[in-house]
Amino acid sequence: MSKRTPLYEEHLKAHGKIVDFAGWEMPVQYAGVMEEHRAVRTKAGIFDVSHMGQFEFSGKDAFETVQRLTTNDVSKMYDGRAQYSILCNERGTVVDDIIVYRISEEEFMFVVNASNKEKDFAWCKDRLHGDTKIRDLSDNFALIALQGPAAIEMLQKLTKTTVSNMAPYHFKMANIANCNDCIAATTGYTGERGFEIFSTPDNAPKIWSSLIELGAQPAGLGARDTLRMEMKFSLYGHEITDQTNPLEAGLGWVVKLGKTSDFIGKKALLSIDQKNAPRTLVGFKMVDRGIPRQGYPIVTSGTANGIVTSGTMSPSLDYAIGIGYVPTAQSSIGGIISIDIRGQLKRAEIVQTPFYKH
Amino acid sequence: MSFPDDLKYTDDHEWVKIEGTVATVGVTAHAAEQLGDIVYVELPKDGDEIKRGDTFGVLESVKAVSDCYSPLSGKILETNSNLLSDTPSTVNEDPYSEGWMIKIAIEDESELGTLMDHKQYAEFVEEEK
Repeated sequence: MSKRTPLYEEHLKAHGKIVDFAGWEMPVQYAGVMEEHRAVRTKAGIFDVSHMGQFEFSGKDAFETVQRLTTNDVSKMYDGRAQYSILCNERGTVVDDIIVYRISEEEFMFVVNASNKEKDFAWCKDRLHGDTKIRDLSDNFALIALQGPAAIEMLQKLTKTTVSNMAPYHFKMANIANCNDCIAATTGYTGERGFEIFSTPDNAPKIWSSLIELGAQPAGLGARDTLRMEMKFSLYGHEITDQTNPLEAGLGWVVKLGKTSDFIGKKALLSIDQKNAPRTLVGFKMVDRGIPRQGYPIVTSGTANGIVTSGTMSPSLDYAIGIGYVPTAQSSIGGIISIDIRGQLKRAEIVQTPFYKH
Repeated sequence: MSFPDDLKYTDDHEWVKIEGTVATVGVTAHAAEQLGDIVYVELPKDGDEIKRGDTFGVLESVKAVSDCYSPLSGKILETNSNLLSDTPSTVNEDPYSEGWMIKIAIEDESELGTLMDHKQYAEFVEEEK
């Protein structure tokens, strides 16, 4: 049975095109992917991401549990800090990519991908350390992402709490649009400044429509995907899966092998020397006409030895871009590779990422 | 949505304009709306032989690739690749006129009987919803 977020009626009001995503009825677009994408890059867009999961870890050993479950170093966090991290398995491959929030020394929250929620909860529940309790709080939250150059100004108009000077990856409690018990977090998945706003489900429609009144444009899953692709942000099921390790995906910066705790996957990851690893994730732009898509083979030195993980026509750049795995020896910037697009080989050039820069 | 009454239609949401032995083919406004912003069009070459139901090209939106199926058998006389390579959004902006895709020399007149008129197509679109 399909699930609906607290904002479903708002999506219909905004003429959203509803599709199934991970068992949820979500808007893939409203006015159109290109228009929504450009609105986020030039002004502000709002995304309903209430389908994502939220887990709470509490207790004297919550910190230790989180340190052992994740690759990043939680000891660098303080109250009000957020951190991008990975849940790895013993093989060193990816269970999910998440954001960790430290509410207090004994209270942490994970925000996880909607498509992995059940899997992640079962994974974490079976691996609690000592005095730690885990609760699935997903149904207690709605989540709205407000992203774009105008986002800060817009949110500040709706709250007395100062949000305009928050550094990235922090969060604060706030009353927003006369709704209590909201959390404003300076996190996001678009490469623009902005917030992810947690609220109770009942308050979400009010916050959503208040933001629309200030000029925020409803943006769907289609634009969410093109925006993150332009930043070469990984999407679970594409760049990261249970067959890929974070190092080959270019996520070594969130893998802290030196942190004092052991963590699941540490041993496997320690044994990897990425410079000599078989494959590396790269970003490329098309040289010949054509759009790369997930699953298309990549050919280097005459052999199909790579694969496209994501691709699109970039709305901001007006050329086709892709992300994919290639043999590490062929992964240098400027290298020319070929993408097998429906049986025809089309050339592409490996480029610096993010593709889009302000 | 209503559809031009001087055209025929297929259940793949293409329109066909018959002028003597030449058929011009494009996609309907309904199809263009469902696909979203078209960003890339791939068309066959002049002179290619095609059978009814064969894939003659693709329309790509930002998110997805959609195959285009030929409504009729025949030889490709001309394609709109110059305009559509440059400005693929023409398919969305003017699907029945400037957004035409291919012209076919009709090989088998009996195949015309498989096409819907504008009323049948409108009903078909309603039923699909």
